[in-house]
Amino acid sequence: MSQVSQQKFGFGINKSRLINYDKGDRRVRQYITDREPTFKLCFSCGACTAGCTAGAHATVNMRRVNVYIRRGELEPIREEVTRCMMCGKCLLTCPRGVNTRTVMALAAEAMKKLDRNEL
Amino acid sequence: MAKQIIIAGGGVAGIEAAATLADMGHKVNIIEKGSSSGGNAVRWHALFPDRRPAGEVISYLNNRVRNKNIEVTYNTCVNKVRHHGSSLVINLSSGEELKADAFIVATGFDLFDASRKEEYGYGIYDNVITAPELEDMFNGGSLYTADGRVPERVGFIHCVGSRDEKVCNHHCSKVCCVTAVKQAIEVREMLPGCEVFCFYMDMRMFGPYYEELYREAQEVHNVNFIRGKVSEASNTINHKVAVKVEDTLAGRPLRMEVDLLVLMTGMEMSATGASLAEASGLRRGKNRFLSVRDNHMHSNNSDLPGVFYAGTCTAPMSITDTISHARSAALEVNLYLSER
Amino acid sequence: MKTEGKKRIWSEYQKNVPDDHFFYVRSCIRQSFFPGSEQVFLKILRDDLGKDVFEDPRHTTCTGIGYHGDVVPFETIQTVVARHFALATEAGYKNIAISCVTSFGIYTEILETWKHFPETLVKARENLFKATGRVFDLPETISHASDIIYKFRDEIAAKAKYALTDITTGEPLRIVEHIGCHYAKMFPKHGIGGAEFPHVLVGMIEKWGGSVVDYPERRHCCGFGFRQYLVQANRGYSLSSSKKKFESMEPYQPDMIVSNCPGCAMFLDRWQYAINEIDGITYGKDDEGIPSLTYEEMAALMLGYDPWEIGLQYHNVQALPLLRKIGVEADPEKRFISKDGSRLPEPAGLINNF
Repeated sequence: MSQVSQQKFGFGINKSRLINYDKGDRRVRQYITDREPTFKLCFSCGACTAGCTAGAHATVNMRRVNVYIRRGELEPIREEVTRCMMCGKCLLTCPRGVNTRTVMALAAEAMKKLDRNEL
Repeated sequence: MAKQIIIAGGGVAGIEAAATLADMGHKVNIIEKGSSSGGNAVRWHALFPDRRPAGEVISYLNNRVRNKNIEVTYNTCVNKVRHHGSSLVINLSSGEELKADAFIVATGFDLFDASRKEEYGYGIYDNVITAPELEDMFNGGSLYTADGRVPERVGFIHCVGSRDEKVCNHHCSKVCCVTAVKQAIEVREMLPGCEVFCFYMDMRMFGPYYEELYREAQEVHNVNFIRGKVSEASNTINHKVAVKVEDTLAGRPLRMEVDLLVLMTGMEMSATGASLAEASGLRRGKNRFLSVRDNHMHSNNSDLPGVFYAGTCTAPMSITDTISHARSAALEVNLYLSER
Repeated sequence: MKTEGKKRIWSEYQKNVPDDHFFYVRSCIRQSFFPGSEQVFLKILRDDLGKDVFEDPRHTTCTGIGYHGDVVPFETIQTVVARHFALATEAGYKNIAISCVTSFGIYTEILETWKHFPETLVKARENLFKATGRVFDLPETISHASDIIYKFRDEIAAKAKYALTDITTGEPLRIVEHIGCHYAKMFPKHGIGGAEFPHVLVGMIEKWGGSVVDYPERRHCCGFGFRQYLVQANRGYSLSSSKKKFESMEPYQPDMIVSNCPGCAMFLDRWQYAINEIDGITYGKDDEGIPSLTYEEMAALMLGYDPWEIGLQYHNVQALPLLRKIGVEADPEKRFISKDGSRLPEPAGLINNF
């Protein structure tokens, strides 16, 4: 909230919850798809997330990460992609053969590159 | 003496049932409301799941209907069927009255009128079209927006007029999901630079190789699937179409602009079939399609002896299932006639 | 854009708006937000169109704001509305004319409830009789005041002194129309043109020479939302909804916004001020704000009423650029001088104050 609105109104302009697809940044999606094409196969069943070791106690949702990367909405998953413990349970369970562990690792890598302007 | 059978409707079901009966030696008269046979299928460019040209099925049907035992009466509807003694009396829209030993209702379906979903602006916004209109474009060999641009983004809305209480249709039209996937792939092949999005509630890939086609759409053709029902479409200043949908898998509203929005219009009981049913006392279900005597064992039978059903007058069906259903209707008719 | 498609929808959503003899029910908030709107509605109906409009000073709030703010129970508001019907019955009127879209929504919701659940009507009659000794007949027609102006748009056009065109270019003005949510979203059949493509304001605008802007967020709520604006800390939700609309209409460079709802017309005006204060943004052409008028104000301007008599000066976004475009001569210096020559209070933070 800007100082003007705080002092003058006691409220401000709310941040939109909208995913504006036309403004999304799909460079991370491209980076992962180029290196791990199985990324495209996810149909959001959630089996990866159901058995996720890290997800049991922290916000790590591989299914949702996949969706957000595809839409080009990166801010909400910035932290999440670094929390994978690489156990491989998701890989074992995925019915579509998505190489989920690698997807997570590539997502974390791509985010770092994004910050360094290397994408 | 050969038995006389009358079939209402000269679409896929009517022709296949007629030809199967004609092959058995029966005389069949098809009463077709239009000026040509083939029904809704003639408009299609290619068919799921293998994307064979629809023309192949149409020419198969055209060959089937060319049989000395089959007569087709065009531009005529069956108004009513009733029992008179041991035979059936059929009243035609021409005023003529025919006698028959058996009667098959094969009046098919009507496509949902997309303008009834007012929020999508069909008939108002130039770049909102229906699935059959996209087939017309495929048949024409090119894909342009109304203002002559090559589309860079195409969206498909599933379940338009299906699974929707607001238009009094609780039922699933079954074939629209796989049709959208098929059309999405065709758009991607025709215009490799064009992004394609399917907005769906559930992906109902019920038939053989449908799920595989869905997977192929993702894996090979990079079609995007967004789970959510589009709540409204509107015009943008650049003559694009803005859609509002919930990305239910992200749990957030999503907005995007597309150059062309395709509405996957579903199936409804045909108007001619409905009036025939009302006049003849044929029972209809809550989905307004004809109610069959038994959902499992007698899906070709009405409650009236000698009156049978074939195809999508009973429920939405694919062409594959319609042909099977029509053949089984012919078998039921043959059995009925042989027992008399 | 194919207008035939819109015309087909419009033809499907026509309603019976009576020709005369209205029992007028005012809005709680409009007389302070747009001080001249209701008064000029009555003048247009009575003086310009020769209609009979009756007002009963005993008419109260419908309590709609309390109802939507979760402090007035449904049974209570039914009884309040039943009392209004009783006042109309006692005065011999069968046609209710409603100033406010919230009230209009309340009336339609209650009438539909009574229709589908007749026991609730019995209960409402009983409650009203116990509380006041009054009885009532159900009204024959329910019209929003914008339905009535819509109905008489041809008569108003015939008497108009101005048109919604730019006198220097001869071009129609580009006008954004905004329909209050409770006008037709709950019961599309009660709104002229339905909920997706309402015709009630479009019909007036086009009849009087303007052109309507169909922008992407046309159907979006202004954000009024009762609970959103009632609590100060929540007002950001309200503000942000209007902002979404302003951003969407901005590329079309609209000359004005017209609304048929008290909250909408108010917020589409006042929030331009708030956004301007917070972010320094305006949404009209050349850093102007977009004047936000009520349909009565628009009708009155067409008929040649003095803009300062109908209270246009009490909008945050001043209508001066609009008045110049349509050729209304009004001295800005006289805006805040009352008839007896005394100074009227001048609002702070006016936009288009030139």
